[in-house]
Amino acid sequence: MNFDFSDDQKFLKGEARKFLEANCPTSQVRKVLEDDAKAYDADLWKAVAAQGWLGAAIPEAHGGLGLGHLELCVIAEELGRVVAPIPFASTVYMLAEAIMLAGTEAQKSAYLPKIAAGEIIGCLATSEGPGAVSAATVSANVDGGKLSGVKIPVTDGDIADVALVLAKEGGQPGLYLVDMAGVVREPLKTLDPTRDAAKLTFSGAKAERLGGAGEGLNLLEQILDRAAILLAFEQTGGADRSLEMAKDYALERYAFGRTIASYQAIKHKLADMYVKNELARSNAYYGAWALNTDASELPIAASAARIAASEAFWFASKENIQTHGGIGFTWQMDCHFYYRRSRQLSLVAGAPRVWKERLVSHLERRNAAA
Amino acid sequence: MDFNDSHEEAAYRAQVKTWLEANAPKAHVGSDPEGSDSLADSRAWQAKKAAAGYACITWPKEWGGQGGTPLQSVIFGQEEAKYPIPGNPFQIGLGMCVPTVMNFADEATKARFAGPAIRGEEIWCQLFSEPSGGSDVAAARTKAERAPDGSGDWIINGQKVWTTGAQFSDFGIVIVRTDPTVPKHKGLTMFWIDMKDPAVEVKPIHQMSGGSGFNEVFFTDLRIKDSQRLGGIGDGWKVSLVTLMNERLAVGGATGMGWSQFMDAARQTPGMDGGPALKDSSLREKLADWYVQAEGLKHTRNRTMTALSRGQTPGPESSIGKIVSAVQMQDLANEALEMLDQYGIINDVDLAPQHGGFQSSVMFAPGLRIAGGTDEILKNIIAERVLGLPGDIRVDKDVAFKDMPTGR
Repeated sequence: MNFDFSDDQKFLKGEARKFLEANCPTSQVRKVLEDDAKAYDADLWKAVAAQGWLGAAIPEAHGGLGLGHLELCVIAEELGRVVAPIPFASTVYMLAEAIMLAGTEAQKSAYLPKIAAGEIIGCLATSEGPGAVSAATVSANVDGGKLSGVKIPVTDGDIADVALVLAKEGGQPGLYLVDMAGVVREPLKTLDPTRDAAKLTFSGAKAERLGGAGEGLNLLEQILDRAAILLAFEQTGGADRSLEMAKDYALERYAFGRTIASYQAIKHKLADMYVKNELARSNAYYGAWALNTDASELPIAASAARIAASEAFWFASKENIQTHGGIGFTWQMDCHFYYRRSRQLSLVAGAPRVWKERLVSHLERRNAAA
Repeated sequence: MDFNDSHEEAAYRAQVKTWLEANAPKAHVGSDPEGSDSLADSRAWQAKKAAAGYACITWPKEWGGQGGTPLQSVIFGQEEAKYPIPGNPFQIGLGMCVPTVMNFADEATKARFAGPAIRGEEIWCQLFSEPSGGSDVAAARTKAERAPDGSGDWIINGQKVWTTGAQFSDFGIVIVRTDPTVPKHKGLTMFWIDMKDPAVEVKPIHQMSGGSGFNEVFFTDLRIKDSQRLGGIGDGWKVSLVTLMNERLAVGGATGMGWSQFMDAARQTPGMDGGPALKDSSLREKLADWYVQAEGLKHTRNRTMTALSRGQTPGPESSIGKIVSAVQMQDLANEALEMLDQYGIINDVDLAPQHGGFQSSVMFAPGLRIAGGTDEILKNIIAERVLGLPGDIRVDKDVAFKDMPTGR
């Protein structure tokens, strides 16, 4: 039994934490939050690229470090801890993972080295309006290699160089790689302005299919399974940091002549946070194992990781504000960064209720097969 | 990251499997895991394990154990659980009581008790909780006073409660008050006692669930030797901490009705539109949550196993098990009853789905949420020992026990 990260992976995690503490303090996050013109932290993005993190799981042959997904998981957790305001998830968990999963050799050669080098930012464009994405909600259409349609919201759509777009061709859903040059982008006001989003209007944009014809929804599920596990590590990192913030504040804050950390109402709340965070971490670990070994259990492991991590981060981020009391509700405190990010991460790859339905469907199929 | 045994672990597992295949029972015997009807079978199985070196695997060799690793013990437990083995009434004794004796008793006592306990010839129980203190064990009122004849003997009077296995135990360890004039933690002393002494009366507790797995134990002028003392006079609390260190590992979590049994039942029960209840979206959401919790606990155990496998002390994450599983047991079973709708009130093993498993879970879950540390005490433990938050303000800390306010 070796259900833990290796010493090398833990070392990488420690280095990532030091690097991000130096390069991504919450004051930097605040700048992106408060400056409407700042879609992301471009300096941090460059620094992260220089660390090689964008290509951590990309093979060396395609310009990456060729480390593996476990390494990417530990980096993701650290990025989540500091609510890093960069398009890491869109570019790495979604675009790079999609191309590694389903790309032709030519597509891999065209995109992966640039992703690893930090030269292109990606985005995943699937939603066209309120509600869960399905074949019925896709109006975007590809005809003769040209894409037309509207996608809203698209996280990082305002800054992306390449979009991976869910569209129909001859009535069949497919995924398409689209060069963003010439695409109309309208920035949107979002719940988490440290992770921007846009409305994208495609009018005959050049589109190249990724994967098989009519395979779009299948492939999208596989991509989201992989992204869900990496996002779960970000969420776990954010949830742990929220618990630390609540604990640190509770130990310093006095009410009725003693620290509020000495009241059971607060102690039990923090214990509940700890329990949820550990359940999330254990599920994320299993997801990491499934991702790294490409196990047949991957869809179930991914669903469990996403559900547990979404619940943990939501609970920790909202109860962190509650523990702080009035000061926690102010703009000046950082608590709301985590509350905002917990919403962003829970929604960006499909809401937990969608994943719960997927999980049970997979369990039904597994039981039927058994 | 992998789920494979190390070479040593694989070799040990193979050895265990071979032995179990040759020696473990192939069909169930007895019925009540805590009852005395299967006691003879339990004793026979324990003796077999002891003779082959599979009882008390982690105990040091000088106690008669194997000096093995915690992981070896886990591996044996995993493999043993694949067979229909009889119940284990020795767990509390071997996990908590006898180690306390081995840590604090004189050489003659240790030599007298270890062997028979390992072989299952003698069973031990732990007498801590009292009507006046469950979570607050240090509030024990059962008292021991020196015999007036100057012999140095002690006379014990009082009552313990929720004593698992007292009805068939041969010996027990008991925490009693020897000095009511000092604050509560300082006036306690630990002894071992003979449960068959006529001055000890055991009465089963009729639980709200209908069963009787626990007992009340009454002491009326129970006379014991000073040599039965474990640790110094007034050191009982410190001694009890050694005993309790292992309790939460020994109590374990919920078993029986889990997400998979719920799913089976939901497949066979009509839902609101006449199709299977498993198609009801509200049930599916809850099912997903329970699966995720159960998987979270399973993989938390895998993290603990990994630490053990590396010879490390497991992290604090292992403390979340019972608190999650006991609450889930109650919620899941109740949801199953609501799914059955009117039929859910039927508590009959022949009529209710899963042989009435959901009904018995609903009725047993309140006990599981209390046994071995209530939900609230476990949250205090996580808050204080894991997160480092301050302990509660103790209004009784510097008050002599006899002057402490008491209520019910």
